[in-house]
Amino acid sequence: MPRAFTPKVVTANHLLEGDVIYLTEDDRWSRDLSEAELITDEAHAQVRLLDAERQANVIVGAYLADAVAGENGPEPSHFREDFRRTGPSNYAHGKQETSPQPRT
Amino acid sequence: MYRYSEFDTAFLAERNKQFRAQVERRIDGSLTEDEFKPLRLMNGLYLQLHAYMLRVAIPYGTLSSAQMRQLALLAEKWDKGYGHFTTRQNIQYNWPKLKDVPDMLDALAEVGMHAIQTSGNTIRNVTADHFAGAAADEVADPRPYAELLRQWSTDHPEFQFMPRKFKIAITGSENDRAVIKAHDIGLQLIERDGVLGARVIVGGGLGRTPMIGKELSDFVAFDDLLAYLEATVSVWNQIGRRDNKYKARIKITVHENGIDTIRAKVNERFLQIRPQFKGADMALLDEIKTHFAAPDFRQGSAASFESAYTNDPVFRSWVDTNIAPHKNADHAIVTISIKKHGATPGDATTEQMRVMADLAEEFAYDELRISHEQNVILPHVHKSDLPAIHAKLKEHELATANIGLISDIIACPGMDYCALATARSIPVAQEIATRFDDLKLEHDIGNLKIKISGCINACGHHHVGHIGILGLDRAGVENYQITLGGDGTETAAIGDRTGPGFAYDEIVPAVERIVNTYLEQRDSADEEFLQTYRRVGMAPFKAALYPEAQANAA
Repeated sequence: MPRAFTPKVVTANHLLEGDVIYLTEDDRWSRDLSEAELITDEAHAQVRLLDAERQANVIVGAYLADAVAGENGPEPSHFREDFRRTGPSNYAHGKQETSPQPRT
Repeated sequence: MYRYSEFDTAFLAERNKQFRAQVERRIDGSLTEDEFKPLRLMNGLYLQLHAYMLRVAIPYGTLSSAQMRQLALLAEKWDKGYGHFTTRQNIQYNWPKLKDVPDMLDALAEVGMHAIQTSGNTIRNVTADHFAGAAADEVADPRPYAELLRQWSTDHPEFQFMPRKFKIAITGSENDRAVIKAHDIGLQLIERDGVLGARVIVGGGLGRTPMIGKELSDFVAFDDLLAYLEATVSVWNQIGRRDNKYKARIKITVHENGIDTIRAKVNERFLQIRPQFKGADMALLDEIKTHFAAPDFRQGSAASFESAYTNDPVFRSWVDTNIAPHKNADHAIVTISIKKHGATPGDATTEQMRVMADLAEEFAYDELRISHEQNVILPHVHKSDLPAIHAKLKEHELATANIGLISDIIACPGMDYCALATARSIPVAQEIATRFDDLKLEHDIGNLKIKISGCINACGHHHVGHIGILGLDRAGVENYQITLGGDGTETAAIGDRTGPGFAYDEIVPAVERIVNTYLEQRDSADEEFLQTYRRVGMAPFKAALYPEAQANAA
């Protein structure tokens, strides 16, 4: 039996900056996971991934990452995505440098 | 120090110009990422978790003060004020912007440095003993041969599309400080009947299938060595497996075919290509050797050193731990720890890089080395200058006396930076170092090498750590496996797994239990961790790590 679909966000790295970005429902790229479109339908997820991959001059390496609905928008369900939305743990660099996000 | 010839300079300028144009074409949309990726990787540019990463080669770990200052400039101008020295004598910049990378490469070219072949399925940066040219125990300085290999392997037309990457390490000493048995090819310089040559080890490597290298030849004279190495890479290039990336390295080829078959094939290929080598390589080697002539070691009294050693306990502790014997009795080899307790192993700030460059220029005949253990070395220092050097290092948090001790940890970047990682390494290293500093035990514990990798690819050399730690993702949670008894020296060995892994918050206490077990078991303070482990085996460590399993079995 195929595994049940779990909610996803479309994420990638920005071509010029290299930093982590997320696709929003209104077709913007946000640097904030909480602004991402949380996709609960598998077919829609594939369409949104294609939408992202078409923007090859803006982004690199788009993929669907697991996420869960939180109070203020999507939140990571895996520690890798938690690091990606925050930054490294040895210095306050990356996203935590510019827009602090509370760690859960 | 090797100085670029006109050919080197022109080659690098052309290559950087090409890459600048490639970056422009990627940005204007004429190249897709699939087209651009192999081009950027050929020039050392990765895309990691949070940003691009530029990996710059430090061939055979040797730098001049001007080169170190340029590395500092890159960190200041295009990164976040620091660089990360890696386990293969490279420096990595973790935060460059794509548009800036061509300028960074041009700045490197100004001091004869590049990022070529620091990635991709090519022959990577040739690494060497970081004490080369200074060690009291060496047959010959391996760096001229390493430079010959750099020139031979850079853009070698036969070796640009190999089954997988290929790593070479070289040492001039019996005491292996270059981990030659964990490289695709390891070379140990040997003199036989007045002829200089090398013992050739092949098929070592770590990663998901760790293997200790096997002896391909006990001696190949320099006259024949380049042809012999070309034959070796060539045989693997032909029969190495391209069907499965995980079975593509030469260690698998050697394992599957057997060392005797590989040796026969190499010998056959060697006889074919030997006539193509008409001595130009040896002429070039002679020319390269002139660049690496030992400095004119200054004479002078070491009395001021003796007096500081007797009167200043902090200086004495640093000397006892961080200084190695030099081939010239009035001189010493200084290892500068860039692993202050709680700091990120291998990271140096812009300011620290400049301080080390200044010290090299003033006191160390303008030479610096980077070790695979992620420290910086001043290879030639007159002993009378050691107090002044130590005083300066103290001002910049560079005087930690911990070389070879439990806090001198190798750690890969792990999931804090690396896209391949399955768990973090850096914070584990930071916490172990801090913990044992708090306990004030590390000098009592003595020589103990902890090596940490954040994934199975083993950039942190965990298999050859006395205590090895491997970070994995177990059902969405960080989990750390421990191995004991690994050894990266001439008595190389792969460590043994203790058993089930430990959660992130259990790993430091687990290491502490291992160390306490060692302290209980050792027969005297002179018996080092590895010796005790070899004598008593795994059982007491297992009992300390898994008391519940012991209780259940009883």
